[in-house]
Amino acid sequence: MKIEDGKPNPIQWMIYLGILVGVIGPLIPQFIWPFAKSWFYPDLIPSAWGMRAWQYIGNPNNQVLEAVVNSVLIAVIVTVISILLGVPAGRALGMYRFKGRELVELLILAPSIIPGLAVTMGIHVMFIKLGLADTMFGVILVHLIPTIPYMTISMSGIFANYDPDFEEQAKSLGASTFKTFFLITLPAVFPGIVTGAMFSFLISWGQYLLTVLIGGGRVITLPLLLFSFASSRDNMLTSALSIIFLLPAILILVFTSKFLSGKSSGLGGFGNI
Amino acid sequence: MTKRTTITLLLLPTLIVLALLFFGGLVMGLMQSLSFMPMIGLNDFSFDAYRQLFGDDEYLSSLGLTLWIAFSATLLSVVFAILTAISLRRTFFGKRIINFLYQFPITIPHVVIMIGTMLLFTQSGIISRFANHLGIVSDQSKFPVLVFDNWGLGIIYVYLWKQIPFIGVIVLSILQSLGNNFEELARSLGANKWQVFWHVLLPTIIPGILPASIICFSFAFGSYEVPFLLGKPYPTVISVLAMRLYQDVDLNARPQAMATAVFMAVFISILVFFYKKLLNKVSGRT
Repeated sequence: MKIEDGKPNPIQWMIYLGILVGVIGPLIPQFIWPFAKSWFYPDLIPSAWGMRAWQYIGNPNNQVLEAVVNSVLIAVIVTVISILLGVPAGRALGMYRFKGRELVELLILAPSIIPGLAVTMGIHVMFIKLGLADTMFGVILVHLIPTIPYMTISMSGIFANYDPDFEEQAKSLGASTFKTFFLITLPAVFPGIVTGAMFSFLISWGQYLLTVLIGGGRVITLPLLLFSFASSRDNMLTSALSIIFLLPAILILVFTSKFLSGKSSGLGGFGNI
Repeated sequence: MTKRTTITLLLLPTLIVLALLFFGGLVMGLMQSLSFMPMIGLNDFSFDAYRQLFGDDEYLSSLGLTLWIAFSATLLSVVFAILTAISLRRTFFGKRIINFLYQFPITIPHVVIMIGTMLLFTQSGIISRFANHLGIVSDQSKFPVLVFDNWGLGIIYVYLWKQIPFIGVIVLSILQSLGNNFEELARSLGANKWQVFWHVLLPTIIPGILPASIICFSFAFGSYEVPFLLGKPYPTVISVLAMRLYQDVDLNARPQAMATAVFMAVFISILVFFYKKLLNKVSGRT
């Protein structure tokens, strides 16, 4: 009898229930709080409903809009740079066996394993000297530390399964390097680039520490606002902002869920250090 | 173009950017941890910062808390990931939904689940309110402290929420590629369920999830955001301590902040080194 055909036993049903409750449970209060006006202990639902949080967010004087624009701008630029650098590097690592390959791989992986705090603190002095501290450009640069390795490693996984013979055939039929790239290479690895790009976007979108350290509080992004609201324990505003913060992640999840469940997982690249 | 030139050209941009930002940062941090800061007139190298840190009780208890959180979060993630992934192989009503939910936390930023944890588990949180309605606690102050507690329970919960699916998805794909043959063979030779799990499944799963577990450990070890928001100010984890020292108006605290940062980097590097050795040993055996 196949394992898949077996009926789940009671323990397994409890595990499924655990996944359901464990994943959704902590998110539910966040979707109620933004619509509450007053919700005192020990009420299970708010005693009065209101839209204060959303009015605050919609008010252009309150930095929320600025933070959203900054966050999107930074994440998009970071993602584009990561693609431009990570795709070629991923190709080299995925398609070629060469001397020193292991070392290169280790150097590229190191930034995704060594805590970002350790690196960013050290580099801050240099950024101050170069006038990069407290600027958006400086923030973009440090966000590249975690995103480029991610992009490179996931692209190296994609290129490892890619057959370069098609390129040779196109070239032998007279296609230029340029044409070969756009007609053969790009279409073949495009799904991989999209998945990698979306995760790079999310990595940059979620950064708090690197932005605070290098941006010095001058470059306001969504995580910065979220942290300051959460520290002041304003549940309504924090939850409303958190929902906005969650949107790209949910969009991306819906888009990539078919990639994730398949073999070409966006995370698969981290299968080996 | 020779193969060598092609490879070099493809890799060069990435290597230059990472070398400047990442290794530049590490080297600058190392120099500052040795009290070498020409910008504020410190031109001599010394190990004072390290000596002060490792002679400080608060620092050592922070280190203890950090290791406790990172180890328990990683170990529990691995256990739950294997448990859930094995259960998810069955066919059951609602499998598609549960499968989707299982992968859901992977893309969700940590901040969101941190806020969720606060709203759910604090003394005025939803669980405490339910407990009050059920008559288990008479007042919110009677509800156990689960967030901002001494053991970092709220922090560990956030890591579990994020990391169980991260490792679990890898376990699922390992089980998928393993297929049923080995298990069926073992069963037909008279092995019971437990023996199959212990001698067939586990030895296949563990090497495959080692890298992911190391990533989880190093994240839990070095993360600042989660313990900053969900931890107690004292004792706290070393990353929060490092930031506190770094933001100190007294610039003399800076070498200590950098020493902490360097220590974190070295500790994780040593861990990865031993993992690599272990990996070579395992792959050399088979």
